[in-house]
Formats: sequence, structure tokens, C-alpha cells
Amino acid sequence: MLAIITDALVSVSKYTKRDTLRKGGEFVTRYIIRRLIQLIPVLIGISIITFLMMSFVPGDPVTLMLGQHITPQAAENIRQELGLDQSLVIRYLHYLGNIVQGDFGRSYIQHQEVTQMLRDKIPVTFQLTLVAIFIAVIFGVLIGILSSVKQYSFWDSFATFFAMTGVSIPTFWLGMMLQLIFGVVLHILPVSGIGGGGFQLQYYILPGFALGFSSMAMYVRLTRSSMLEVIRQDYIRTARAKGLSGRVVIFKHAMRNALIPVATQAGIDFAGLMGGAILTETIFSLPGIGSMLYFSISRRDYPVVQGVTLFMALVFVIINLLVDISYAVLDPRIRYD
Amino acid sequence: MAITENELYVISSPMRDIWSRLKRNKLALLGLFLVVLLCSIAIFAGVISPYDPTGQAMKESLRAPSAGHLMGTDVLGRDILSRVFHGARASLIVGVVATGISLVIGVFVGAVSGYYGGWVDSLIMRITDIFFAFPFFLLAIAIMTFLGPSFINVFIALGLIGWTNFARLVRGQVLSVKASEYVEAARAVGASNSRIIWKHVLPNTLAPIIVYATMNIGSAILSEAGLSFLGIGVQPPNPSWGLMLSEGTTYIWNAPWMVIWPGVAIFLTVLGFNLLGDGLRDALDPRLKE
Repeated sequence: MLAIITDALVSVSKYTKRDTLRKGGEFVTRYIIRRLIQLIPVLIGISIITFLMMSFVPGDPVTLMLGQHITPQAAENIRQELGLDQSLVIRYLHYLGNIVQGDFGRSYIQHQEVTQMLRDKIPVTFQLTLVAIFIAVIFGVLIGILSSVKQYSFWDSFATFFAMTGVSIPTFWLGMMLQLIFGVVLHILPVSGIGGGGFQLQYYILPGFALGFSSMAMYVRLTRSSMLEVIRQDYIRTARAKGLSGRVVIFKHAMRNALIPVATQAGIDFAGLMGGAILTETIFSLPGIGSMLYFSISRRDYPVVQGVTLFMALVFVIINLLVDISYAVLDPRIRYD
Repeated sequence: MAITENELYVISSPMRDIWSRLKRNKLALLGLFLVVLLCSIAIFAGVISPYDPTGQAMKESLRAPSAGHLMGTDVLGRDILSRVFHGARASLIVGVVATGISLVIGVFVGAVSGYYGGWVDSLIMRITDIFFAFPFFLLAIAIMTFLGPSFINVFIALGLIGWTNFARLVRGQVLSVKASEYVEAARAVGASNSRIIWKHVLPNTLAPIIVYATMNIGSAILSEAGLSFLGIGVQPPNPSWGLMLSEGTTYIWNAPWMVIWPGVAIFLTVLGFNLLGDGLRDALDPRLKE
């Protein structure tokens, strides 16, 4: 985890150095510093919430960890060892200290470090999320462009309805339906697992589609409104006046600017989809963080649930920060007052 | 033809304007129809269900859809149509109550934050930042895992996480309304802060709140389905669409009707609320249209 945070700070400082050399870079630098300062209370808040989760757990943590058959003396020793006899504040500071050192706790069931478990499962979740974003952006942008170019036509209404469908359909149910259609009826794509060996795209297509479908709907709407704004600009009229074909104007001139908000959203979406992957991974039996969380929930393995929640929140915050900074660097029109 | 004073009054009624704008939007009407249908099913589930939703009949186990069981039966021989009808209740109650909790907390906090500004605003916004740092569904899962699965806890979890969106929305609206002349006029005649907030500021921020609340009911229903699917929402034998999907997962290959119908029900319900919310946005305030 520390490595991720360090990487984020290094990339931030790279931006900082580069931009101070540029005209107007001072503004971006100030913005980055302010965002980093704002991050401190958020990070502390995240740690407090995840810490407090454990205090909601009904029953004794030591019994949960070691079962009912432990002697009272042994339970007391372990309680002292874990610092459970200390006050809430001391326990929180201890927890915070552990997080900073990359210690997210230990699984009750598998008796393994949560950080290690996360490290083993990240690649699958990461690959699934990437495939989902890719499918969502490609289809979403194409349908969005079609909808904006043919505003108020049948295609526009179709795109609106499609977008509504996307945000209304339960991801996990869509996954099941895809399994039924492609696994039972068509036999085209594998419906569960990740195959043997390295990354095999065919195993990720159905879960990626299911996971990305709701985001796809959002990209349709975002691209449509962004394109509608851009195609009314003077430079697009100029391009048309020069006699360029409609296709060149749309794909070379308009799309480039219209896609800035889409790219920003894709960054934010990445972290959100990682959090939403739990249901998709469960349905498609993908051995990622989501499946790990599912098994931990069913076995009441609280430290893993706590660790995964904390990890996802940190990833979410860091990605949002990087997206905001890249936005400030890329688009000088943005005002951050 | 001369227009009488009475006709002018009728024509300019806000509700009439909203309804006439709403009924021009076919998709919004479809949404309204789906929502009314869902509410009717939820209210009359006990009357219109052909069987007891929890009544087991092992001899009828895994029957395909037929005249006797229009949507088939599950592994315990329970009629899926009856369970889908009764599941509408759970979904609707969760959607409305969770949204209600979020709405009450969010509107209060957002109004205070936007109106008073200063350190109160900064503090509240930092708290919302912390909640926004968690992916919504993941935080719901985490809270439910620690609180323990139950119907009431679903309200608490979804309600307690969802207020931040309402707070931000209301805060933004309040900030824009606060600067208007009529608020200044109210302050000039000596109206108290609470009177200004409740009588002048909030009524002018209602349109986006209603729109967001309508759509939020749909999202809450989706989240409940997800939580119940994971086994940390509504508990058996109570019928819930998410739970029905979870029970059907094992039998998806030999009894696909067990997962098809509850999913269709969730989809149509959420679609109904989203279409209605989208239509209401245009009908309540045409300026809000994209």
C-alpha cells in the first residue's frame, strides 16, 4: 500500500516540477498542494471509519478468531497481546500505525496477512476492471456520438433508453443472463474462471461486459452532452466550411475535445468499478479481490472485510487525486476556486 | 374567444403545467406506469398472489413455467410468481425508507452547510468527502457485514451512506438561492435564519431534490438486491428479489426461470423510477434539461 501512496506522491511531484516551469504552472502547483492537504483529513476519516467497523462486530473478537474451545486464560493472553484490553483511542492509534506500515491485519480463517492476500488477488480484479472500462468506453462513446450527431432522431431516443437500461439493470443479473446466453445457448465464450496460465482475454469478456454495462450508459450520456456542446463551436463550423467531410469533422476535430470529460470519468470510474467487481467476480468465479471479499463475508472473516474496504477507499482516493491533477494540468480553463 | 379569469387561473396552475409537460414525455409515462404497477403489486400482493410465497411443496420442486405456475417454482416448490409479487414489498419499502432517511439527513445537513457557510460548511463538506472516498456498494457491504444481516440494517446502511449525495445537492442549491434578492428581502424584514431556510430557500430547491430522490429509490432497490444476493440483506424465508437470485444461482443451468423473473422484476422497477425521475427533471424545471 505504501508503495502505491509513494508512487502517487512521486507522480504528483513530477507534475509539480514540470508545471512550475510552465507559464501558469504556479496555479497548478498551488492546486496540487491544496489537494494534498485536503487529503489528510479524508485519510484520517477513512481510517476512523474502517477502525470503528470492528467495534460493531457482535461477540468477542478472540472467540471469533480462535473458536469457542479456548480457555479463559489463553483468551485473556491473546486479548492483551492484541491490545484489546486498551482504550479505544490507543487501539485506534495502534491501528493507524499498522496501516502506515502496510499492515492491514490478519485473516481469522486463513491466518494470512491481508496485505499479502490483496497482493495475490489484485491482478485479476485489475484486469477485469480494465476490460470493463475498455468495453464501456468504446461502446459508450460510439453510441454517444451517434446520438449527438443524429440529435432528436430514432437513434437519439434509442441511446437515451439504452442509457436508462444500463443504469437500471442489476450487474449480477446481467452476468447470469450472459452466462445463460453465451454458455448454454451459443457456447461461444467461457462462462467462469480465468483459465490456466496468464491473462486470457476470452475469460474476461463476459464479466467485463457485465461490469462495464452500467458505466457504458454513463459514457453514452456524457459523450452525447459533451459532443453537443463541441459541435456548436466556431472551429467545427470552420472545419465544415473548409469542405471537410462529416466523418473527418466528427472524429478528428470534435471528438478530441469532447472526450476530455470522458477520459476524466474513466479514471474515476476505474476505482468505482474495482469496488463494484465483488458481485461480478462472484458470479463468474474469478479469483480476485471481490471473490475474496465474498468468502470473507460468508465466513465472518472481519479483518479481511475491513482490510479490503480500507484498501479500496485508499485506491479510490489516490485515483481521484491523480485524475483531478491531470485534469488541472490538461485543461487550463478549469478554475478551482 | 375571450378567456375568463377562472380559465387563466386553471391554465397557470403549477401542477397542471408539470403534468402537461410530463405527459408529453412518453418515456416518463412509461416510468410512471411501471412505478404505479409496482406499488399496486406491493399493496395487493396478498390478494393477487396465487400461492403462499413461503409455502413449500417439495413435490412441485423446480417446475418449469406452466398454467399452474406462470413463472415456475423454485427448489422448495414455492411459486415464483407469488414470491416476485411479495418481493415487490421488500424492494419498495427498502427503496422508499432508505431514500427517506438519506433525504431527511441530507436536506438538513446540506441546508445548514450551504446557508451558514464558514467552518460549519468546511467541516460538513470534509465529512462528505470521507464518505465519498468509499465506493458506495462496498461501504454498504462493509457496514452490513459488521452490523449483521437484517431488513432494518439494510435501511440503516443505505440510509446512512446515501445522505451525502443529498447534502451536496442541497448545499449547491442553497448557495445559489441564498444570493437571490428575495432571500435578501426576507432578511431585510427581519425573518429568522430558520424561517428563511424553511420558507424561502428550501422550497426553491425542491425540483432537483424530488428528481434525485426518485432516482435514488431505484438505486437503493438495486443495492438491496445486491446485498440480499450476497446473503447480508433480507433473510430467508422472506421473499426478496436479490435473495431469490441468490437462491437461483445454483440452479441456473437446469431451472433458469428461478433467476430470470426476479431479475426482470428488479430491472423494470429500477427502470421505472429512473425514467420517472428523468421525466420529472424536465417537467419540474425545464431549465434543468441537458
